[in-house]
Amino acid sequence: MKGEVLGDGDALLMHAGDNVATALEDLEPGDTIGDELTITSDVPFGHKLALEAIDEGGDVVKYGEVIGAASEAIAAGEWVHTHNCESKRGRGDLAAQEVSNA
Amino acid sequence: MTATFSGYRRPDGRIGVRNHVAVIPTSVAVSSIAKRIADSSGEHVRATPHQMGTSQPKRAREQTERVLTGVGQNPNVAAALVLELGTESIDAEAIADGITESGVPAETMSVREVGGTSAAIEEGSERAAQLRAASEDARREEADASELIFGVECGGSDATSGIAANPSVGAACDLLIEDGGTATFSETPEFIGAEHVLADRCTDEETRERLLERVDQREALAELMGVDMRGAQPTPGNQEGGLTTIEEKSLGAIVKGGTTPVEGMVDYAEPLPVGGGLVLMDTPGYDVESVVGKIAGGAQVIAFTTGRGSTTGNPLAPVIKVTGNPRTWQRMASNMDVNASTVVEGGSIAEAGERVYDTLLSVADGQQTAAEMRRLEEFAINEIQPNELAAEEVRG
Repeated sequence: MKGEVLGDGDALLMHAGDNVATALEDLEPGDTIGDELTITSDVPFGHKLALEAIDEGGDVVKYGEVIGAASEAIAAGEWVHTHNCESKRGRGDLAAQEVSNA
Repeated sequence: MTATFSGYRRPDGRIGVRNHVAVIPTSVAVSSIAKRIADSSGEHVRATPHQMGTSQPKRAREQTERVLTGVGQNPNVAAALVLELGTESIDAEAIADGITESGVPAETMSVREVGGTSAAIEEGSERAAQLRAASEDARREEADASELIFGVECGGSDATSGIAANPSVGAACDLLIEDGGTATFSETPEFIGAEHVLADRCTDEETRERLLERVDQREALAELMGVDMRGAQPTPGNQEGGLTTIEEKSLGAIVKGGTTPVEGMVDYAEPLPVGGGLVLMDTPGYDVESVVGKIAGGAQVIAFTTGRGSTTGNPLAPVIKVTGNPRTWQRMASNMDVNASTVVEGGSIAEAGERVYDTLLSVADGQQTAAEMRRLEEFAINEIQPNELAAEEVRG
């Protein structure tokens, strides 16, 4: 495998600088990854969890690249998905807003 | 020593991995008749039914013509029967002439001229049988892996696609290119957010500029329409599978092309070079249309990665299904060819990549894929939409 397996095969870190990891099992609140990280919400297989706190507007980083911005503050151990992380690209809606605000 | 397989040598020197007669309708009006002809003519006669109307705006029509001709020229095609109703703006004779340029026989038939559907099915089946009989003389001969054009695609992606299946297929692309072959991947909307990674790998400035321009055009289309791509990309299915943003999907998608330099980028259904290394094609994100674009460009074999479990195939080229999701491998084993979920369970990408490459060579050699065994033969042509034509005019 290319990434680094965290804990007891619980999650996968794709790149050293990432602030999210991918769950390799269905994780539940209270599950721990290694010694320091406690899961705070359900994280289904294949979904992402925050490895550290991310401020609102902060970059979400996977594969060593920015995959989006936190749309609200995210705590370490929290599920990261469309409810708290949004794309910065292909946003015709934002372009339309800029035009109407101009 | 490089890898070899046995294939069908065509008059123009290219090598096919299948020996099919293609029944190619020029419009939707005769698509079901084309299918009926193929169904009554045995397993080596294959139809390419599609939804294009009898008339299209010029640019859209030209693209359809390029696809129909390219599909007939694919080296997996031994002979072609081009079918028309007789009212299409596309000229069946011109498509057949284009196909014969590759040296294989191509005939035309007009449903109106032969006297309606029953007569067309009867005569079409007879002519397909004759073309098949003539092509049966073809024998497999040894060919070099460097003669393969390997198209790679992803559909029904989830988080395991970018972690396991795509990097494994990418490793197979690297092996094929090391052996002198061509690998191609496409789906330009799924370069968004990862284009800088690809741009850095382009071997020349022209390719780099073309790539960035095409990505800009796809993204600008969303802006022109004032829409938010997030509703459609990642798809609801992708999102359920754990993909949050288009950037994340793209970064996971581009690894299916491997790690070699990007040698060029061609338009939808344009010819792909033999022995060309890694070449991109500008296609939409819709997987069936994207696969057809690459087959029209000359790809003989496709690898299709799917985390969630797509079953799609193609009438003319074998489609190898690769999944990185252990649950999909278990649940849909009868539709999958290669298990890359070993990577999720700690196996190496190199090992899974070798299995994909071995499967590519076996399939080129004649081994049937899961989709072929089940006769899953999706076919669709990308139609340039009015808003895309309008955007082209805005750009000038």
